[in-house]
Amino acid sequence: MKRFRAFVIKEFYHISRDRRTLLILFGMPIAQIMLFGFAITTEIRNANIGILDLAHDEHSQILKDKILATDYFLLSKELHSESQLEASFRDGTTKLVIVFEPKFSQNLERNGTANIQIIADATDPNTANTLVNYVGAITFDYTKQLNKDQNLPLQIDLETRMRYNPELKSVYYFVPGLIAILLMLVSAMMTSISIAREKELGTMEVLLASPMRPYQIILAKVVPYLILSFLDAMIILLLGKYVFHVPIMGSLGLLIGVMLIFIALPLALGILISTVVETQQTALLISLMGLMLPTILLSGFIFPIENMPLPLRAISHIIPARWFIVAVKSIMLKGSGLLVIWKEVAIMCGFLLFFIVVSVRKFKIRLE
Amino acid sequence: MLSEPVVRVSHLVKAFGKFRAVDDISFEVEKGEIFGFLGANGAGKTTAMKMLTGLWKPTSGEATVAGWDVYTQTEKIKLTIGYMSQKFSLYSDLTVKENIQLFGGIYGLTNATIQSKTASLLARLDMSSEANSLIGALPLGWKQKLAFMVAMLHDPQVVFLDEPTGGVDPITRRQFWDLIYEAAAEGKTIFVTTHYMDEAEYCDRISMMVDGKIAALGSPEELKKGFASDNMDEVFVSIAREGKTL
Repeated sequence: MKRFRAFVIKEFYHISRDRRTLLILFGMPIAQIMLFGFAITTEIRNANIGILDLAHDEHSQILKDKILATDYFLLSKELHSESQLEASFRDGTTKLVIVFEPKFSQNLERNGTANIQIIADATDPNTANTLVNYVGAITFDYTKQLNKDQNLPLQIDLETRMRYNPELKSVYYFVPGLIAILLMLVSAMMTSISIAREKELGTMEVLLASPMRPYQIILAKVVPYLILSFLDAMIILLLGKYVFHVPIMGSLGLLIGVMLIFIALPLALGILISTVVETQQTALLISLMGLMLPTILLSGFIFPIENMPLPLRAISHIIPARWFIVAVKSIMLKGSGLLVIWKEVAIMCGFLLFFIVVSVRKFKIRLE
Repeated sequence: MLSEPVVRVSHLVKAFGKFRAVDDISFEVEKGEIFGFLGANGAGKTTAMKMLTGLWKPTSGEATVAGWDVYTQTEKIKLTIGYMSQKFSLYSDLTVKENIQLFGGIYGLTNATIQSKTASLLARLDMSSEANSLIGALPLGWKQKLAFMVAMLHDPQVVFLDEPTGGVDPITRRQFWDLIYEAAAEGKTIFVTTHYMDEAEYCDRISMMVDGKIAALGSPEELKKGFASDNMDEVFVSIAREGKTL
């Protein structure tokens, strides 16, 4: 045990003295979540909008209040005629104008259908799309509420030039994917490099000639990265929760459990890589090309799996991160329990077992 | 000789497929002896050493180190030997002190022992002021001397040195050998491989390896007399190039 401790301490020295390692370990997760969270988000808050209410009646007023009650929109201008539209867009103060047709309530109650026109500033198509969708959702909500106590189904038609954007993403969807990728990177790449380094420098021989058993060496190598990976996952989770308000609907224990499985998985992969390579550079290349790229591209993190051609969709099944992302999304966003995600967990455990068995066998063969 | 040999090797073979890297070698090394292992690259020196240090299992033959069997008792062997590899074996991003602590810990020494050893070791090498320097910042010769002392930290009975002085200047090499003599005088057995023929003269006995076999074995004087040579260089050339044996 003393042996083991001395070795683990040494690993922490290595990590803490190498600035690049530290940067990858802690700088990257924070930078990435900030990037994805702030810069690449399509979620919009406090967008300035204008409202042109040609009806000024009961339903238009309620709907207006509902729209403005969300924190997506800020009323910058109440317009009074269509001639003001052009100007309000041109000075950039308005991203979107909602127009209620005259006799809005009357049309709705007598004919069962009324119209709203949405005109969006399409110079930024993503923002425009998103805003239109928000209004659509609020309107839909309202009609649903109205139809509850009415026999005749009522309908509010939205007239808009913009089409619905099916890839409406926000930081909610990025957090699970980011955790997957960072864990893959930190655990697999770092372990494989650190073991390859001992081989490259020749210190592995000295260690093997010492009373330390091979499994102790591997375990001592893995423990620091296990701890650091877990810290990383927690950092992302905390940033997600407190900076971006990503909900964690499900059980925190289950979430952490799933994460631990997924941390162990790339660690085993990293050991596997290190048993076949001799230099740090090859270790780095293999982990980057063999693990990182498929994880980023084929796990459903950036590109939806449903849209992939069949061969790629098939390959995505053997990307462990794919199952992890599904499970984590399910726990965090839908509050699912183990009953719902048992399949994903089982698949990940399968992968884990497979990689551990293979890497232990490989490691033994090398020592003979 | 009165005492039991510390290293006893008999008909040891290591084969990789059909290639016999070590081919039926036998010898014994006494306590406190400095035993040199010489030979060209690929002659089988390192392979032989790897079997004796418990890193590789022999294909056939028998060998014991400090009385422990190389097939079944490698864990015991690892506790009783020190090993310094061909490549540099300390961690350059750790300080002198941290390296000593690490290896002391790996060999199960108590903190108190590690502390007193650190102090005496650094004093012996005149490096007390460098205790907190990173190994990477030290000159190569210092590192090698330090690596040797670290390999002896746990008072091993046998120390295996695999080409310990590669790339080191002659003065430092001489100092390095002073350390080896001191260790041998304390009763430690030194098993050393080398390329340098002048170093071979420093050994009590040497074995010349050619193609996995021991071509000659004896003290430097015996070998020089046997091959009618003035120095070990000539001995080596007549064995390695002309295939003579003794």
